[in-house]
Amino acid sequence: MKIVVCIKQVPSVETVKLDPRTNTLIRTGVPSVINPDDKAGLEAALQLRQQVGGTVSVVTMGPAQADVALREAMAMGADDAYLLSDRAFAGADTYATATVLAAALRKMEFDLIIAGRQATDGETGQVGPQIAERLGVPQVSYVEQLSAEGGNVVVRQSLEEQTRLLKLQMPCLITALPQLAEPRYMSTWGIVDAYDKAVTVWGLADLQEELSADEVGLQGSPTRMLHTFGKQAKAAGTVCEDLSADEAVSAIMEKLIQWHII
Amino acid sequence: MSKNVFVVVVQHQGAIRQSAAELMGEAARLAADLGQQAVAVLLGHDVARHAQDLIQWGADEVLVVDHPVLESYTTEPYVKSVSHVIGMYEPQIVLFSADSIGRDMAPRIAARVHTGLTADCIRLDVDGEQYRTYLQAESSLRAEEIEALELSGSNLKMTMPAFGGNAMATILCPDHRPQMATVRPGVLAVPAKDPARTGKITVVDVGLSPADRHVEILESTESEKQSVDIAAAGILVAGGRGVGGPEGFEALHRLAEVLGGEVASSRIEQNDWVEKARQVGQTGKTVRPDLYLACGISGAIQHMVGMEHAGRVIAINKDATCPMMKRADLGIVGDLQEILPKLTEAIAAYQAEKAAR
Repeated sequence: MKIVVCIKQVPSVETVKLDPRTNTLIRTGVPSVINPDDKAGLEAALQLRQQVGGTVSVVTMGPAQADVALREAMAMGADDAYLLSDRAFAGADTYATATVLAAALRKMEFDLIIAGRQATDGETGQVGPQIAERLGVPQVSYVEQLSAEGGNVVVRQSLEEQTRLLKLQMPCLITALPQLAEPRYMSTWGIVDAYDKAVTVWGLADLQEELSADEVGLQGSPTRMLHTFGKQAKAAGTVCEDLSADEAVSAIMEKLIQWHII
Repeated sequence: MSKNVFVVVVQHQGAIRQSAAELMGEAARLAADLGQQAVAVLLGHDVARHAQDLIQWGADEVLVVDHPVLESYTTEPYVKSVSHVIGMYEPQIVLFSADSIGRDMAPRIAARVHTGLTADCIRLDVDGEQYRTYLQAESSLRAEEIEALELSGSNLKMTMPAFGGNAMATILCPDHRPQMATVRPGVLAVPAKDPARTGKITVVDVGLSPADRHVEILESTESEKQSVDIAAAGILVAGGRGVGGPEGFEALHRLAEVLGGEVASSRIEQNDWVEKARQVGQTGKTVRPDLYLACGISGAIQHMVGMEHAGRVIAINKDATCPMMKRADLGIVGDLQEILPKLTEAIAAYQAEKAAR
């Protein structure tokens, strides 16, 4: 069974801060990590490989630095890794990103594709379903349990009001919730091995049978960012310091009564 | 020429969600700005009875796609149906609820009809001047920056939280139609029903067959009826990391009880402190209570986006300078463990006294 996990390198979310003056992200010193949902998907893929055999590949589209995320995935146990990197891919929205990933996946071949439900930086959750559409394979999103039997996968899907057990035929794509699997740590030997292995790098030219230049990057993206902006601070209320607990309670009670809450 | 504003409405267990009303109201508003019509695409099995509700919320026309294969949601039959309707009617705008079903099908539909999709929007504008007014009121942009924005034409301006809720981004889909967005539930106002409104109901055959279902449903379990619905609560007593632990949350529960409210939380790694269903923010729910009592919540922006529509805010925190203090109408710098039990007692005493009067 050939499993391919789509991963994305994201800034570690807890540490991202906004420059209050310029409303831009402060990126310096922010560590990059494998997107958590993707990592859960990778762990599930590794466990499935242990049960049914086969291979686990990882693929990402990104700049050269995304190599680190692929090495980490190999250190966790992925067999091989593909970096889709080309200046022409820059500025892609979810649609153009999915187009490139789908082209690479067609070339790599697959039985099961696992993508994270969404990335912590973009939070669109769109790339997985759009890859499935570009490949014409069925999908199930929001998967929290996964098993394979014969040519099928059986998954548990978690929606707002229900959970469902679903069966679908491979080839197919699922998107992983963080609870799908608790990611293992990289092993020491895994880290050593990961840097001995080669990462396959594909650019537009390597995917030209599948892709044309106008389908990728900014040019292939139907959406455009008009602008980004920060939010206005609201008019300040009252902040009371140095109150005793009883004084604090009185101050709160006064407001609750004044606002007709109690 | 593409025209009209479409809303995709999915039935679940014989009912349609409140988000359908929110989207219908929004579609009617956008359609009025464009001088076009608001149209609902109602999908499911035996769903035609919901058409009148949609009309009363603002639909000029309801397109009903009714088929047994649509009874329980699976991706392909829904994607095929909506894509077919888009091909037939060429709408200018298509809106989906950003719930799990909407976010499962909308990306695939966008890819199939070859257009853009913006995720999890919290505001939509076609009118440039309305958008400028919004920026003046809500954004940190300077007046001249807002004036300088090129906003001619009636492109849909789709505003979403960006960078993990740290900022906002507005997205356009200039050259492809329809313009598509998923819209976060609970953010837009629910329109009042107008029983006098009339509209057209059209049944559409999109040529579905059981073979369109590529996924077999082996078993379906309704999640435990969520006893907590923080999105609907009028009073929320919310706790963050500063609460200190599960015992700390017990004090919050007691306070919420005397106030007749619910307990909510910010994002907390320790999942034994409080149930996930109570979480407010970018990765949780959007709430709009009359009172939001924030206990030990510093106010990361990813949390603030979930509670920005709260009426009154009281913050209790050890840190006088945290963002939640700045948002609060009343901020108390102090120790929760001391204040909360006393506050609970004081409220109970006040209520007893009031009842005795």
